[in-house]
Amino acid sequence: MSIDNKTVKKVSKLAKIRINEKEETKLIEELNNILGWVDELKKVDTEQIEPMLSVFNESMIMRKDEVSSETSDELVLKNAPESKSGFFVVPKVVE
Amino acid sequence: MTNFNNLDISTAKECLLKKEFSSLELTKYFIERIEKSDLNCFITHTFENAIEMAKESDKKISRNEEIGTLEGIPIGMKDLFCTKGIRTTAGSKILENFIPFYESTVSKNLLNDGAVILGKTNMDEFAMGSANTTSFFGNVINPLKSNGENDKDLVPGGSSGGSASSVAANLCMGATGSDTGGSIRQPASFCGLVGLKPSYGRCSRFGMIAFASSLDQAGPITKTVIDAAIMLQSMSSYDEKDSTSSRKPIPHYLDFLNFDIKGKKIGLPTEYKVEGLNSDIVKVWEDTVNLFKKKGAEIVNISLPHTSFALPTYYIIAPAEASANLARYDGVKYGFREKSEDLEDMYEFTRAKGFGHEVKRRLMIGTYVLSAGYYDAYYLKALKVRQLISDDFKSAFEKCDLILTPTTPNVAFPIGEKQKDPIEMYLNDILTVPASLAGLPAISVTAGKNSNKLPIGMQIIGRPFEEISILAAGKLIEDCKDF
Repeated sequence: MSIDNKTVKKVSKLAKIRINEKEETKLIEELNNILGWVDELKKVDTEQIEPMLSVFNESMIMRKDEVSSETSDELVLKNAPESKSGFFVVPKVVE
Repeated sequence: MTNFNNLDISTAKECLLKKEFSSLELTKYFIERIEKSDLNCFITHTFENAIEMAKESDKKISRNEEIGTLEGIPIGMKDLFCTKGIRTTAGSKILENFIPFYESTVSKNLLNDGAVILGKTNMDEFAMGSANTTSFFGNVINPLKSNGENDKDLVPGGSSGGSASSVAANLCMGATGSDTGGSIRQPASFCGLVGLKPSYGRCSRFGMIAFASSLDQAGPITKTVIDAAIMLQSMSSYDEKDSTSSRKPIPHYLDFLNFDIKGKKIGLPTEYKVEGLNSDIVKVWEDTVNLFKKKGAEIVNISLPHTSFALPTYYIIAPAEASANLARYDGVKYGFREKSEDLEDMYEFTRAKGFGHEVKRRLMIGTYVLSAGYYDAYYLKALKVRQLISDDFKSAFEKCDLILTPTTPNVAFPIGEKQKDPIEMYLNDILTVPASLAGLPAISVTAGKNSNKLPIGMQIIGRPFEEISILAAGKLIEDCKDF
């Protein structure tokens, strides 16, 4: 499978990264190279193999569903590029 | 002022207790050195805090109060660990103004143990790189120089390049690193240091900015193996805030000093004699094998048949996880925002301007391999090969106790090299990635130098949670190097 400009445009849309024409050309070449290289994996017979999701093999513990007061709205909003009345502000999305 | 050059953590601890010098003197010494340094090791300095912490430690010591394992010891903190009230950037423009309101568990553990934090060390953007050339805050320079015909500045390795370079340049006594595919071991090797990546789950990931969550693991970069054990002791903990934090008991890592390598089986994987492996490195590898033989270890040849597939597997899994983890940088909740009238445009321009090219490329690959129609062929396939790679190690450890390999296929290279073809840069991690995929503990220790006097690191890989044995093997190499 080779990557063309249509695919790069689609993937950049999915990744929500705007790319210009120059980057697009560069990415087509780089992605094709990298994906060509990882295609090596096709040589491996994995017919009977289960996918390995994690190396962690201890049981996970549910934590208590408790309200903690370690943080506050004010602290959370301090790093926001724009906030107002205790909310994050984004460009208008409804008319 | 006392010359603290070549002072290691364990010696400094003794001297502080004997009141031969104070933590304040030690801290001021390093601050002065950092101020004079032009290696670009630090993104943010925290000198004022450090002075206060040092005074606090001195007070505790003078009053004979209970002190921590790193009381009064000045260290560097990789800028991947969130530090409360102190800017944390992960080497990215997108977090250039991010000030966390909480402390990562690893930095909290170190602070609780009395460590004095001098600042946040430079790193490849979001830990994506092997030369510390992708940082938004500029590349880091290795303090070591090649003895060859040119005196070009060399890379310190990456992604924990600022941490490694600062320890090597004696700007701090030790530093934290994080390792996803080799980011502790490779820079430690390039800078002539000790770098330890613990077993997955040993150090909490809470507050450590995520790159690839199934691989990311924190660890120390230090001058000596004993120092690595001391720092690891402080960094390790069970943490309910990290769902993959291990509840296995944490040993006293300094007990490695009583661990005897004699009679242990050292495995040499045939497949690690990779194409392009530098001949000086092969020589040091052979010398190290002989050293283990001399010390009564048994050498066994082993096979890790899927080694050559580890790097392609990693370059599917790590970008895939990164594309999910880095989705949070949207210009809304924190960090950089590129203003726009339209929400979609705002997202896309924020991420276009906020991320550097290496990060964008990996996010594109990750998004692609997870996208409809390609998931099975790439991502699922990689997860299955990961299982095979992990199984290789399991079978190998039935035949041997430790695995000895070089850390990197080459020594530190000049800044600017390997920048054209991403795969050329990725190949730096060919010997470190397999242990990462299997979640195994591994240490890099300097075992020799090449003809141009650049350090060569050997890697020792152990069974899960057997950090003690890799520390012991590392110490054996450290004690016997004759350069």
